[in-house]
Amino acid sequence: MSVDTATVAKIASLARIKLGDQELEAMVPELNGILSWVEQLGEVDVTGVEPMTAVIPNTLRLRDDVIDADPLTGGNRRDAVLANAPAAEHGFFGVPKVIE
Amino acid sequence: MSQDLTELGVAAIRDGVAKGDFTAVEVAEAFNANVAAAQDALNAFIVATPEKAVDAAKAIDAKRAKGEALGKMGGVPIGMKDLFATQGVQTTAASHILEGFTPEYESTVSQKLWDAGAGMLGKLNLDQFAMGSSNETSYFGNVVSPWKRNDGGNASLAPGGSSGGSSAAVAARLCPAATGTDTGGSIRQPAAFTGITGIKPTYGRCSRWGVVAFASSLDQAGPMARDTRDCAIMLEAMAGFDPKDATSLDMPVPEWEANLSADMKGKRVGIPREYRMDGMDEDVLKSWDDGIAWLKEAGAEIVDISLPHTKYALPAYYIIAPAEASSNLARYDGVRYGLRDLPDGANLQDMYAATRAAGFGAEVKRRILIGTYVLSAGFYDAYYTQAQKVRTLISIDFKNAFESCDVILAPTAPSAAFGLGENVDDPLKMYLNDVFAVPASLAGLPAMSVPAGLNREGLPLGLQVIGKAFDEQGVLNAGLALEQRAGFTAKPDKWW
Repeated sequence: MSVDTATVAKIASLARIKLGDQELEAMVPELNGILSWVEQLGEVDVTGVEPMTAVIPNTLRLRDDVIDADPLTGGNRRDAVLANAPAAEHGFFGVPKVIE
Repeated sequence: MSQDLTELGVAAIRDGVAKGDFTAVEVAEAFNANVAAAQDALNAFIVATPEKAVDAAKAIDAKRAKGEALGKMGGVPIGMKDLFATQGVQTTAASHILEGFTPEYESTVSQKLWDAGAGMLGKLNLDQFAMGSSNETSYFGNVVSPWKRNDGGNASLAPGGSSGGSSAAVAARLCPAATGTDTGGSIRQPAAFTGITGIKPTYGRCSRWGVVAFASSLDQAGPMARDTRDCAIMLEAMAGFDPKDATSLDMPVPEWEANLSADMKGKRVGIPREYRMDGMDEDVLKSWDDGIAWLKEAGAEIVDISLPHTKYALPAYYIIAPAEASSNLARYDGVRYGLRDLPDGANLQDMYAATRAAGFGAEVKRRILIGTYVLSAGFYDAYYTQAQKVRTLISIDFKNAFESCDVILAPTAPSAAFGLGENVDDPLKMYLNDVFAVPASLAGLPAMSVPAGLNREGLPLGLQVIGKAFDEQGVLNAGLALEQRAGFTAKPDKWW
C-alpha cells in the first residue's frame, strides 16, 4: 500500500497538523519509504497469535474510592492546572469562539 | 584542591561526602563549572540549574554535620533529561511546543532522586520528544559528542539519541550520572556512542508519572553513568512502585549494588545467531567476540541461541511506537499548556493545526503521521494489529531463548558514533541504528550497554546485555564482568 498526496493531506488533517504544499510533497515519498519497509511484517505467519496487550504481566488496580486521596492528582487545583495555559481567563481555558 | 572532583563517579562522590573527604558543595561547584564551560561547545543542557545543585548539596552537608543519613545518592549532582517534569523548572522534551512549560509538579523518578540526596545540575538536551538516534531533532540544537575520531579531522560526532545530552554530559565529566529514558534504545545506543554505561530496567520498574510520554508501552527510565556500580546505585534510587502509573510494578526494589558480583560461574550466556548480520562492521564483530571471551573467562558457559523474529522487530517498532506517539501527542492542542498559534480569524480546528505545525519538528510530524495512518480505519489490522502480533512473537522468542541461557550478549549498536548530518537525509538509515536495541524494548526486558573498547577510529563501542524480566541483577552482574575485563579507561580529549 502506498500513499499519495491526497492521502497524506487527509492524514495530516486527521492529526491536526497543517502542512504547506512543499512539506506535503516532501512527506509523500518519506512516508512511502517507511510504509513499504514496514510491510515486510506481512510475511510473518501470525496464525493463532494474540496481539500483545501488556508487555509485562500486571493487574489493573483500583484505588480507594476517596476524594483527593492523593492531593496532587485530586481536585481543587484549578490555578495549578491553568498555570501553563496560553490563554487562561476567569478560571477557564480560553479558546477561539466555537459557536457563531 | 589537589583532586579533580569531576573525575569521580556516583559511588566515589557518595562515599567521599559521607567520609568527609570533601563536601557536597565542593562537588556541586566543580560540576557546575564544567557545565558552564562546556555549554557553547557541546550544548548538552537546555537549562542549567547551578543554584539547585548547590542548594541540594548544602542540605546534604548540613545533614552530615548533624550526623543524619545522607541517602543512596547523598551529595551526588546529576543531570536530568529534559523529558522529566521538574517543578518550577522548564520542561520541554526538546520541543518548541513545550518551550516555556514550567510544571507545577515533579515526576516520580526525579522526586525519588532528590529524596535520595541527589541534586540537579540542569535539564539535559535530547531528541525532540525522544524521537531520534542522534540528538539532531532537538528544537534547541544538536548536542555535540565530546569524542572525536583519531583521523586528525575535526568532524562533529553524534552523541547518540535520544538521551544524547545525558550521554555527552556524562562522557565529558559535566555530571557523574544522568537520567535517561529508553523507548527503543535511547539509553543504550547513546551510552555505547560515548563510552559510558546505561541500563534500561524491566518495563514498569521506574514510574512513568511525570515523564513526557512518547510510546507508553515501551517508555522506561534508567540511569546513565560511568560504570556498572554507579548505574546500580542510581537505579535503586529511581525504581519503585508508584500508584500513579498504571503499569508500575508493585515489587520491592532489590539491593542491586550490594548484590553485584562479577563471578559468572554457572551462568549461561546466550549469543543470538540472528544478530550476526551480513555486512556487519568488523570492529563491532570483534568487540562482540571480545565480550564472549571475557564472559567465558569470568566462568560463564556460552550457548548459541536463536531469536527467529529479530529482523521484524524494527519494522514492528516503527508501527507501534508512532501509533502510540500519535495518540500521546494529541494532547498538544494549544489550549492547556505550551505553544498556541492562533492565526487571524482562525477557528478552533485551525488553531490546533497551526499550533501543531509550528510546535512540532519534522521527525515528530513524520511519526505522528505514520501513527495516524496505521491506526486509521481500514489499515488498523493490516499494520497495527499485525505489529502487535509480531511483538508477541518477539517476546516468545526471548522466553524460549531464556530456557537455555541466563543473559544474552550482543552489540549495542551496529556502528560507532557517526558524524552529525551523516544520516539525517534518510529516516530509515537512522532507524537502523536501533536494530539491536529494539527487540529487548518490545519485550520489556532489562538491557544495558557497557563500554567494550575503541574501534580503529578511536571511538567507543558498547556491548549489550539483555536479561530476563525482573533480573536486572543478572544484567548488572554480567555488565560488571565485562567491565572488569574490558578495562575501559579511555575518555575524550578535552577540546571544548
